[in-house]
Amino acid sequence: MRRRADSARRSDAFFLFCVYAAAAFFVVIVAALFVMLTKGSWLSLQTFGLKFLWTSEWNPVNNTFGALPLIFGTVVSSLIAIVLAGLVGILAATFLADFAPRWMARPLSFTIELLAAVPSVVYGLWGLFVLAPLIRSYIGPALQKTLGFLPLFQGPIYGVGLLTAGIILAIMILPTVTAISRDVIAAIPEDQREAGMSLGATKWETIRSVVLPAARTGIFGALILALGRAVGETIAVTMVIGNRPVISASLFAPSYTLASVIANEFTEATSDLYLSALIELGLLLFVVSFLINAMARLMMWTVFRDK
Amino acid sequence: MINKDVWDKNRGGRKTRSAIGVFLTGLCASLAALALLAVLGYVIYQGARAVNPAFLTQLPKPVGETGGGVANGIVGSLITVALATLIATPLGVLTGIFLALFGRGMVAESVRFLSDVLSGIPSIAIGLFAYTLLVAPFKHFSGVSASVAFAVLMLPLIIRTSEEAVRSVPQTIREGALALGMSVYRSTMQVIVPAARPAIITGLLLSIARVAGETAPLLFTAFGSPFWTVNPTQPMAQLPLQIFNYAISPYEDWHRQAWGGAMILILAVLVLNITARFVFAAPKNRQ
Repeated sequence: MRRRADSARRSDAFFLFCVYAAAAFFVVIVAALFVMLTKGSWLSLQTFGLKFLWTSEWNPVNNTFGALPLIFGTVVSSLIAIVLAGLVGILAATFLADFAPRWMARPLSFTIELLAAVPSVVYGLWGLFVLAPLIRSYIGPALQKTLGFLPLFQGPIYGVGLLTAGIILAIMILPTVTAISRDVIAAIPEDQREAGMSLGATKWETIRSVVLPAARTGIFGALILALGRAVGETIAVTMVIGNRPVISASLFAPSYTLASVIANEFTEATSDLYLSALIELGLLLFVVSFLINAMARLMMWTVFRDK
Repeated sequence: MINKDVWDKNRGGRKTRSAIGVFLTGLCASLAALALLAVLGYVIYQGARAVNPAFLTQLPKPVGETGGGVANGIVGSLITVALATLIATPLGVLTGIFLALFGRGMVAESVRFLSDVLSGIPSIAIGLFAYTLLVAPFKHFSGVSASVAFAVLMLPLIIRTSEEAVRSVPQTIREGALALGMSVYRSTMQVIVPAARPAIITGLLLSIARVAGETAPLLFTAFGSPFWTVNPTQPMAQLPLQIFNYAISPYEDWHRQAWGGAMILILAVLVLNITARFVFAAPKNRQ
């Protein structure tokens, strides 16, 4: 009996050690991500310093690396995606949470969530061979005809470019926006809706002036989370953005993002400085998406804390 | 007497506006679902013409020759994903058990927070991490480095689902096991974890589905190869990489093969997702 108790105590001690070690090792991995990326980009950090972020010449031939055009491409393509996916996603979420009959809400939610399961490279393929030709021949010319007075829609339409990348990104982040917004909206207490309706507001007015304002923080958190996804998305964007490090006012123009530069140029990087500059782009992506996600999580935490 | 003008049935167009608004939300939801059908439908339409027995069993042909297949990519992907699962599962499940049963206060909260934040870190940054850790020091690409990148990508999902799975096992079961004199180790591994197993497996399948289609980290870890590659310490062929390279190539026949590869990939990922949600989640729904 005694020996059994001893061996149980020993196996307990070992088991607890494993459990705590696993959690500790996980924290070490996250720390190592930051440390290794910093180490890899050290040469570039020392050579360019903060200038890296706001000089606009990305020229591997002269070993000049300024990330501004890449930051521009990343920000603009992500913004297009957030605007499109935000608009469609929040409205779709309202439908799923409040208006759709039960038999419809579940399969529809599931279908939309499956969008998140489609691999990035498949979106890229579809974007390159289906969406880009559509933009070149139909959507682009139509936009130019109606909104061509804006600099955003001037210039030649190649098919690949900022707008195409933004639309593909929008489809990719749509499930994130929709699913989280739906949960946030569904978490708004029913009596608030009843209060709105009992004051004589219609369904739409209740949503607009009672439910959505109450869900504001959570929906904002969902958008920020989706923004994090869009900023770091690589392969699909690389395939449809045109890959040219230029800053242009037109949404039809080709551009480049932080992630797609790494994807395109890493295996061709010949000098140490070039490689280091590319890893620094990775570090920048890591830090930015860490901050974005931390912020989004804190916001979501305040929303679901009391539930 | 109610004045008909003030109290008209349509409330001065407000009901119409409401109906339009509700219709608009339904339209947006359908639009989102249609996006999936458009992508899926087109991939299957194009892919079905490319997939045949040769495509599934042969090696890629050199540039300029038509035909050939992606067999080495499929096998390579299976190997790297399997290795990644082997690395990530024990680590992730144990961390999940830690969060659900043992961790308290600030420490547990920080681990949970880090896990949530890690799930949003771009896969390409994690690929660069694997490169600096396992490719640069050895001076050659390898399947293992891809597996490590995949494992890091899988961890947050495994941790979160294991935590929730273990937490959903009723406290009374755990107390019952301990009251019968079971050790902590046995009560956890022989009572609680078996009860949580379906939900843990759901999480595993979803995390496998998530990395199976990852391409970006492979560019500088597994790197790809035109040959048969089953040795994970060497560069390995990978299906997502083949799709990417074929898609951006200028050859008509390679585009066809990219669609074929995409169809295989998308079907594999969808089957994993649907299995995870319906087969293993089923006992939970029945309750």
